[in-house]
This record gives sequence, structure tokens and C-alpha cells, in this order.
Amino acid sequence: MKTSAKIYSGIVFAILFAPILVLLVFSFNESKSLSVFSGFSLKWYRELLNDRNTLEAVRNTLILAASATAISTVMGTAAAVGINKIRTKWYKAVMNTVTDIPMTNPDIITGISLMLMFVFVGRLFGASTSLNFVTMLIAHVTFCLPYVILQILPKLRQMDKSLPEAAMDLGCTPMGAFFKVELPEILPGIITGAIMAFTLSLDDFVISYFTSGNGFETLPIRIYGMTKKTVTPKMYALATIIFFVTLGLLLISNFVDEKDEAK
Amino acid sequence: MSTAKRRHPQNAYRAALAPYSVWSFLFVVVPLAFIAYYAFTDNQFAFTTENVTRFFTATSNIVQEDGTSVEVRTYLLIFMRSVKLAVISTIICLLMGYPIAYIMARAKERTQKTMVTLIMIPMWMNFLIRTYAWMTILQDTGILNGFLSALGIGMVHIIGTEAAVIIGMVYDYFPYMVLPIYSILAKLDNRLLEAARDLGCGSLSVLRRVIIPLSMPGVISGITMVLIPSISTFYISQKLGNGKFFLIGDAIEGQYVANNLHFAAAIAFILMLILLVCMALVKYVTARYVYGGDEE
Repeated sequence: MKTSAKIYSGIVFAILFAPILVLLVFSFNESKSLSVFSGFSLKWYRELLNDRNTLEAVRNTLILAASATAISTVMGTAAAVGINKIRTKWYKAVMNTVTDIPMTNPDIITGISLMLMFVFVGRLFGASTSLNFVTMLIAHVTFCLPYVILQILPKLRQMDKSLPEAAMDLGCTPMGAFFKVELPEILPGIITGAIMAFTLSLDDFVISYFTSGNGFETLPIRIYGMTKKTVTPKMYALATIIFFVTLGLLLISNFVDEKDEAK
Repeated sequence: MSTAKRRHPQNAYRAALAPYSVWSFLFVVVPLAFIAYYAFTDNQFAFTTENVTRFFTATSNIVQEDGTSVEVRTYLLIFMRSVKLAVISTIICLLMGYPIAYIMARAKERTQKTMVTLIMIPMWMNFLIRTYAWMTILQDTGILNGFLSALGIGMVHIIGTEAAVIIGMVYDYFPYMVLPIYSILAKLDNRLLEAARDLGCGSLSVLRRVIIPLSMPGVISGITMVLIPSISTFYISQKLGNGKFFLIGDAIEGQYVANNLHFAAAIAFILMLILLVCMALVKYVTARYVYGGDEE
């Protein structure tokens, strides 16, 4: 690399990491200030562990992300296999377009559109509040599905097509050929898709904001509420923990990818 | 036997796709129709165009710097502001991001992997907290000003200006610009560059006539991926603009909070249409002037 390239990348990465560094440092601040560091302390982490509402939000977020990941991974894997193999051209084209919609639409449109439908359907059944855990789960599965499908489709295309045929010639049923031959081949795609779905669900704010009800609060929504008032380093402590958890997941998915490539 | 065997998998594949087909119809296609339905109905669900006309005609008074007040079209002004800030942010992302993508693509393979991870890491920090951290950095009594005055440069007032909103947008969506351009540049066939040099191109004209045209697909998807979220964002402007620069996303959110669902739907509907037109325009312009123009 040339020196100029090194300097330029150095500056860009410094800007990219500046806010994260600020977060990490000030989560250990002794005082309440977010701009003057007065001394090292773990008291905000301790306070975080005693904050019932936040812990409840963490639990909710994990339940939601795990459920959304499970549903979208199973449905998405089946869908990817179907999209890859069906021969009806218009059907394939329609499904590809529909898969693109949640990815290209702004989050706010996805969130508003689902909210309007939930409110409308809720009114039909005479419910006063129609937004709850189930509506949020539906929303999360909906925006996770395209990412799962788009992780698996390339793996299916790369796969040697004669393998499942050979398995069937040797007496496997199509179902058996799928579970014994295709599934192991595309498993890395399924795992990275699932990890993506999980992290997207953990991190989502905009769509959750529009589809969540009073009773079920996730972490990003709680953070939104916290930033409306004066923020203490407690929130930074929370952010630091979330950051390292998602970073860990990201590294695991990279590792899965690399192992797959090495094969 | 072969037809029987082939038939069977086709049905199995249709069955595998069926749940997703039903799901995406119910939760992707139908909800979009609900935006249009709400946009063109009133509270009693009777047809009306009032919500949409309100977007174009509603007025309000704003006080100018010299103290006089002028009447403006509220939502058109908000909309133009959103487009302006989003376009500026996208251009800055492109100008800053393209060189980084290029540097990444030319680096050694190990360095490339590290740099991709480094670009992606900020994306895994919660978006609200990232934005909030910028607020504490840019505040008048914040870290940046502390740093500047320690250097003896003096203070800058950034928070609550359009510049702060742009900084937030550029920061939040920068990786979406870099990664698509990088993935195209990394796959670029080196022999093409060598051929251009052999045929007498200097390095600047290799860049202009070979590398940039070939990387256009990445640039287009980068532009789309930055422009769309920055036009529709609603948190950045509230925090970094001190709520002074209402954007289209803030307008939608405000109407949602006020429970004016029909007007919120109308704004969302107009936003959707305009984004569709923008995307079609971007595609047309690139097809016509980038690819078409270069062959001449």
C-alpha cells in the first residue's frame, strides 16, 4: 500500500471507530458525564445489572430474535430450495421480486405498512390494542426472510446438480436426497443466514417501533425511550455489552464461511 | 419413469415454496396495499384525496433569521430538505467511500479481509446509540470542542445544524456505500487493466476509462443503499439536528405518534412513489449515459 493510501484509510477508520471508542471509554466513567472522563469505575455495569426493566427488555429481545430466527430459517431454507428448482418462470420471477421488496423498501415503509394492516385487522376483531408480541414476531420474520433466502440461494446454485440425482438413482426418495445430500452442502449458507437473521432482529429499531405494543418492549425500543431523557453511562455500558455480543456472532459467522471456503 | 420422477420433485418444490409464498403475500404485498388504502380514505374509511392534497397544500409560518416570518408549504419544504440532505450525504459517502473501496480491493488478501471486517463492525453497534454517541462528540461542550480548544483552535458550533445531520447520515450509512463498490472492484480482471496500459493508457485514464465504468454496478447499488435510508431516516435529525430539521421520516413518525394514521399513510405513500421514480431514473441514467455513452 502506498503511504497516501495508508494515511487516508487511517483517517477513515479513525472516524468510523471514534464513536465506538467514546462509548467504550465512557461506559467506565466514574461520574455521570458523557464528555469528561473523571475516573475508572464499573458502577454503571453494576447499575445495569440491577435495572429490572432493562433486563426484561434483554430477555424479550432474545426471545423475539430466537423465535424470528427459527421461523425465518426453516421457512427461508424451504423457500430457497423451491425458488431454485421450480420451472414455472413467472412464479420464479414473482418470488424473486417479492423477496427484494423488504430489502429495498425503507424500514419506515415496511414498519408503517405492517402496522396499518395489524391495526385494521385488530379493529375488525374489535381489539382495542392490536400490537403485541405476535405482530412484532410477524414483522421480524418478514424482514429476516429475504436475508436468509439470499444467503442460501448462491450455495444451491454452486452445488453440483448431479449429486441429488445420483442419490435418487441409488434409491433415495427426493426427500431423502434433500436431507442426506443437499442439506449438508448448503448448511454453511443456512448458518450464516440464521446468524444474520438473529443479529438483524436484535438490532432492529424502526420496524419494531411501529409494530410493538405497550406490553412487549425490546432493547432498541427501550434505548429509544432512554435517549429521550438525559442519558447516563449506563446506556453506554449496555451498548458495550451488545456490541461485544454481536461482534462475537459476526466473528463466528466469518469463521463458518472460512471453513466452508477451505473445504 | 423419468416423467413420473420429474413430476414428483416439481410438486415437492412447489410445496416447499408454498409457505413463503403465502407469508410474503400476506405480510409484504397486502401491507403495501394498506398504505394506499389508508392514504386515500378518511377516519371512517370513506374515499378521500384530502390526505394527499394536504401533503402538497398545508402551510405554516416560519420565522426567518431577520425576524420576518414567511408562509411556506410545510410538507413540501420538509420533503425538499430530506432530499437535499440525503443527496449531499450520498455524494459525500461516494467521494469518501470509493477511494477506500479501491484501496481495499488492491490490498493483500489478508488485509482485505481485515478491512472488510473493520468497515462492518460499526454496523453492529446499535444505530440509536451510535447516533447518540455522535451527539456527545459534537455538542458545544462535547469531546470534539474539548479537543479543538486544547489544540488552541477554538470552538465550532455543529450540533443542531444541517452539517450535524449530514455527519450522522454519512457515518451511519458509509459501509453500505463501500461494501458493494468493493465487492465489484475486488473481482475486477487485472488483465483488463494491463491491456489498457499496454494500449497506452496512463494510470488516470485507466481509472477513468476502465475501472470507474466497470465498477458502476457497485456504485449504483451503493448509491441506492445510502440514499433510501437517509431520505427516510427519522432519528438522526431529531438527535443531531436538535429537532430543528424535520425530515420526511420525522413527519411520518410524528403523525403516527399523533395517531393520524391516514395522513401518515399518505406521506408514506408519496415517499414510496418518489423513491420508485428515483430508482427508475438512476437505472435509466446509468443505462443510457454510463454504459451507452462509453461505447461511442
